This record gives sequence, structure tokens and C-alpha cells, in this order.
Amino acid sequence: MMAIRPHVALLFLGMALVTYLPRMLPLVVLSRLRLPPLLLRWLGFVPVSVLAALLARELFIVDESLVLGLDNPPLLAALPTFLVAFLTRNLMGTVLTGIAATAAIRFFLQ
Amino acid sequence: MNPSHALSPIPSSLAAGMRAASPVVLGYLPIGFALGVLASTAGFTVAEVGLMSALVYAGSSQFIAAGMFAGGAGAPAIISATFLVNLRHLLMSTALVPSMRHLPAWQNSLLSFGITDETFAISTAVLQGRLATAPFMAGLHLTCQASWFLSTVVGAMLGQTASSSSALGLDFALPAMFIGLLVPHLKGEGAASRATAALVGAGSAVVITLLFPGSGWSVIGATLIAATVGVMLR
Repeated sequence: MMAIRPHVALLFLGMALVTYLPRMLPLVVLSRLRLPPLLLRWLGFVPVSVLAALLARELFIVDESLVLGLDNPPLLAALPTFLVAFLTRNLMGTVLTGIAATAAIRFFLQ
Repeated sequence: MNPSHALSPIPSSLAAGMRAASPVVLGYLPIGFALGVLASTAGFTVAEVGLMSALVYAGSSQFIAAGMFAGGAGAPAIISATFLVNLRHLLMSTALVPSMRHLPAWQNSLLSFGITDETFAISTAVLQGRLATAPFMAGLHLTCQASWFLSTVVGAMLGQTASSSSALGLDFALPAMFIGLLVPHLKGEGAASRATAALVGAGSAVVITLLFPGSGWSVIGATLIAATVGVMLR
């Protein structure tokens, strides 16, 4: 149970290396350079774009296919969650609303 | 650009970073637990699950690795898949340059280890393009990774124990957090171009996922397209 096999440790080291380099290199290397203003403006759009892409995959995709309807509880739960986010701008309240809505939808519809 | 309204003072302390981590922790606990259960079923020991979470620390690629390992895939295939799935962090690390370039390189090389979808979403929402402090980033990143490490190890120890996290709605904690962090982008100055970028990003992510299932390109491709559309509208 507590053993670590050498070939598994090597596998994880390889995974760690290819995961760490894309996380580290831009921050360390590009920080030394002067970035053109157009690139800086472009980078300003990265957070909202990443958020929307991550969220869309969670809401619309179930097992690699598009699911729009009552058989997709996260998509339904997104409606009250968006509403609370727009009205309150309270992050924790938004998260708790989403959790409660998903649980309620699964309980009543499935 | 970033939402320019309602700028509160920048949280700078270690404790503020740890507090900012709380929605991520809430989302990581059930997913990490589920990963621990899956990884132990796939044939990893508890210590190996802990080692993977400590060294790799990237949720979706760890799920994929566990599945491929159980299916008998070799290390080159698993490492290639991991690289592709985690390549999106390249964009996030680049986007953090304006907020972190003033920090020493050794601090950035340590802090960059903790860049995930979720920590990036939180730190960019809090910073809104302003300068980060190392203690804040360390508090955020260490708290998130600690919760990930512990939940995967506990999941691996409990093994096959049935997980009721989806009945409790806990699987929606991270999507709900993304909603809570996305909405402020849709208000304030420049909201129209950011909202358009969001719609384009969401649509592109769905289309790319449907066209190239399991490829790992959807977030990268959608971000490249959406940020380009956004900057052209601005």
C-alpha cells in the first residue's frame, strides 16, 4: 500500500516534467523581455476566454457529446448560478447555489 | 482587458492567498477523492497516488493517466498525453507575466508549479492585471495543492468506498466557481468585447471538443480564437 515501484516513479517524473515546463517557461523567460502592447492587450483577454472555454465544456459536453436538455443537470443548475453571480457578485454564495441547485435537480428529475 | 470597476485593494498576504483558495478547495476535495478512488482501482498504491499528486498536480491529466495505466499503456504514451492535455498552462503562465514579472525568477519558477485552471481563474480575478505579491500567490497555490494532495490520498486509502459527491452536487463546485469568476468580466468598461470573447470561447471549446474528442486541444484552441476576436473588437 505504501510501496512506490521504480517504473511508476519514473512515469510520474516524466509526467511532472512535461507538465511543469509549460507552466514555468513563459513566466520565467518572458518576464525578462519587453512584450509588445498588442500582445499585452491580447493576454488581457486570456482569462475570460479560458474561463468561458472551461465552463462550456463542463456545461454542454457529457462523455464527449453535446447534451442540451433536462438530462443534463449541470446545464440546468447553471441558470440559478448565473443569476446569483450577477445579482450578488459573491463567489462563495455562487458556488453554494450551484451545488444546491445541482443536488436538487438530480433529486427531483432523476 | 480586465474589468476596471470596483477595484478593491490587492490582497497581498499569505493568509489572504489561503482565504482566496477556499472555493477551489471546496471543488478539489470531491474531485481529488474521486481521482484517488479511480487511481487505486487502476493499480496504483496509496503512496504512488500521493507522489503523482505532489509531482504532477494536474487533475484531468491524472485521470487520463490512471485510465491509460489501467489499460496497459506504456510510459511514452501516457507522458505524451499528459503533455498535450497540460499544454494549455502555457497560455495561463504567459497571461500572468504582466502581474508577476517583477518577482525574482527563482520565486516565479517555484510559484509557476501551482498554476492550474482553478488557481489561474482565482488569481487573475483577484489581481485584475495588477502586481501580485509572492506571499499571496504562495498562499493560494500551496493551499490548493495541499487540498488536492490530501483528497487524492484519502480517496486512494478508502478505495472502492462509494462516492456520493455527484448526488450532493459537489461535482458542480468548480463549474459554479467558473461562473462566479466569469460574470464580473461581463460588466464594466469594455464588457461588450469581453462578453463576445466569452461567447466565442465557449462556442469554440464545444465545437473543438466535438470535432476532436479527447485531443486536449479544446481549451488551447478556444482561447487562441476568443482572445484574438476580443483584441480585434477592442
